[in-house]
Amino acid sequence: MVLLDVQNIKTYFHTEYGLVKAADGVSFQVNRGEIIGLVGESGCGKSVSILSVMQLITSPPGEKAGGKVIFEGKDLLQYTANGPEMRAIRGSKITMIFQEPMTSLNPVLTIARQLTETLELHLDMDKGAARERAIELLKMVGVPDASRRIDDYPHQFSGGMRQRVMIAMALSCNPMIIFADEPTTAVDVTTQAQLLELMKDLVTRLDTSLVIVTHNLGVVARYAERIYVMYAGRIIESGLSEVIFNHPRHPYTVGLLNSVPKLGEKHGERKLIPIYGIPPNLINMPPTCAFLPRCTEKIGRCAKEPWPELRSVGKDHYISCYVDIKGK
Amino acid sequence: MDKSQNEKIMQVKNLKMYFPITRGLLRRKVADIKAVDDISFDIKKHETLGLVGESGCGKTTTGRCILRLYQPTSGSIIFSGIDISKVPERKIIEHRRDMGVIFQDPFGSLNPRQSAGSIVGDPLKVHHMAYGKELKKRVIELFEIVGLDPSMMDRVPHEFSGGQRQRIGIARALACSPSLIVCDEPISALDVSIQAQIINLLEELQEKLGLTYLFIAHDLAVVQHISDRVAVMYLGRIMELTDSSELYDNPLHPYTKALLSAIPIPDPDAEKTRTRIVLKGEVPSPVNPPPGCHFHPRCSLAIKECSQARPPLRDVGNEHYVACIRV
Repeated sequence: MVLLDVQNIKTYFHTEYGLVKAADGVSFQVNRGEIIGLVGESGCGKSVSILSVMQLITSPPGEKAGGKVIFEGKDLLQYTANGPEMRAIRGSKITMIFQEPMTSLNPVLTIARQLTETLELHLDMDKGAARERAIELLKMVGVPDASRRIDDYPHQFSGGMRQRVMIAMALSCNPMIIFADEPTTAVDVTTQAQLLELMKDLVTRLDTSLVIVTHNLGVVARYAERIYVMYAGRIIESGLSEVIFNHPRHPYTVGLLNSVPKLGEKHGERKLIPIYGIPPNLINMPPTCAFLPRCTEKIGRCAKEPWPELRSVGKDHYISCYVDIKGK
Repeated sequence: MDKSQNEKIMQVKNLKMYFPITRGLLRRKVADIKAVDDISFDIKKHETLGLVGESGCGKTTTGRCILRLYQPTSGSIIFSGIDISKVPERKIIEHRRDMGVIFQDPFGSLNPRQSAGSIVGDPLKVHHMAYGKELKKRVIELFEIVGLDPSMMDRVPHEFSGGQRQRIGIARALACSPSLIVCDEPISALDVSIQAQIINLLEELQEKLGLTYLFIAHDLAVVQHISDRVAVMYLGRIMELTDSSELYDNPLHPYTKALLSAIPIPDPDAEKTRTRIVLKGEVPSPVNPPPGCHFHPRCSLAIKECSQARPPLRDVGNEHYVACIRV
């Protein structure tokens, strides 16, 4: 069942250097209870896409330039960013976990205050009930000695613990969808494993959908059922996780997979094949495929025609490319 | 490249680096941060020794001690037959010529007001190795070696992309033709698609110039790819040190096992069959580390003896060293 249907959203930024099409026609679906991955390098528009869905892009300089976000039969983009309808959904039915647990928690408020705020606002709980629920949430995400630590301030927590508080906050109103924007980039790998296992465990138990936004291919391979690969503001390939990793069809996805070292490969066994060139500057982009200057598979048509729309190349497998490479 | 000789370029013995914590008006010392707590290892000629661990484990401090950017608290660092930890401050520059360093942050480690050419040429001037025309010739040569266009010499760092900036950093490290280069997280600030370019460049340079690397990183997949041998650090100590493929195929230390299992592999099929060890709790503070084995409070194999004495780093065969009494 499709819970959230994002159709062709466009978010542009008007900068003094020109127009930046940060998200340029991004579409994705989130089904009930599934974990999906939105992958791409920095600046590819993955964060902007989910912030646009949540209407958290400040305007100006940002501009809602089109698209639809269908949730429970309504188009969320029709609502004003700070209107009552959007506020009722944001933080309640659709929530977010941000990358930087240090800056996304308010340093001058206690954890108790920050956790109970959403409970009092969205679930109409009184102070006592909200506090009890907050302690319960902290226990659920594995904060030891929760009833005492709830009165601490964010700086008294370690990075991993702060991110657990963020997870508790995201789960507090029994959301239907959680967007996790690079949730483990700021923490060490053993903490990353703790947090991701915890998140997976919780969303499975609570039947919540989880959208993980990351640049780490390993994380999506381990947790995501479906994957969307982004490049320069667009989704360039999407499909089931096994299909994308075993049979990528877009030259960028193929290049990305060939360029990362895999744990377990012997030293000197495989030389990495880098993608040459650099990611494009998104200011005033040409209408042709943004990957064209770095592409090794390009054909004559690529330079003449505009960036192709996503087309189906298999069951639930889409690519946005004129060329279709089969196998690795 | 002849690796059979096993000639050692550097021997580190009982290296300790404690940073004092001071309090009050008289800066009375109240405690020590034991960033590096008595470690010993060798670096062989022409090899890449990987140093891996989580943040705060002392890997960067180790690298900086080796370069004598820090004066170690105790221990010896023998480089080309001389214990550089005992060399007086004003003389250290002579020994540092033979070592290069590549830093993590390609933005912070280059002077924004200096041209790329002058950044790369600086070490040559500092060590009085080249001037004038000769200096320029060498800088052009260095630009070519690292794959930069020498016509960009007069540009300042912000005009380069992250990957190109890291190439400037590499060119600077190579300027004095050092034999040992300390690479401190050289790729972790770069985009995924650029990382492979830099890894390949480092590998090619090693082959061409016969370099030895101490490669410090937190990403075990990258370390394993580039290194001949890998040392795993935890809270200032080496937990395991062995050949890089042996480390993956036959990890012995419980911490290494947990670390390996925590790293997701970009291959969903492989992921399905892997066992995951999720460690409990967090890394303790290096100010007050647990007694005995630093890892014992989080270890699934821990017994009473583990908290009583520090386990020595012992050879279990084929130069596979492990600091654990339970294996």
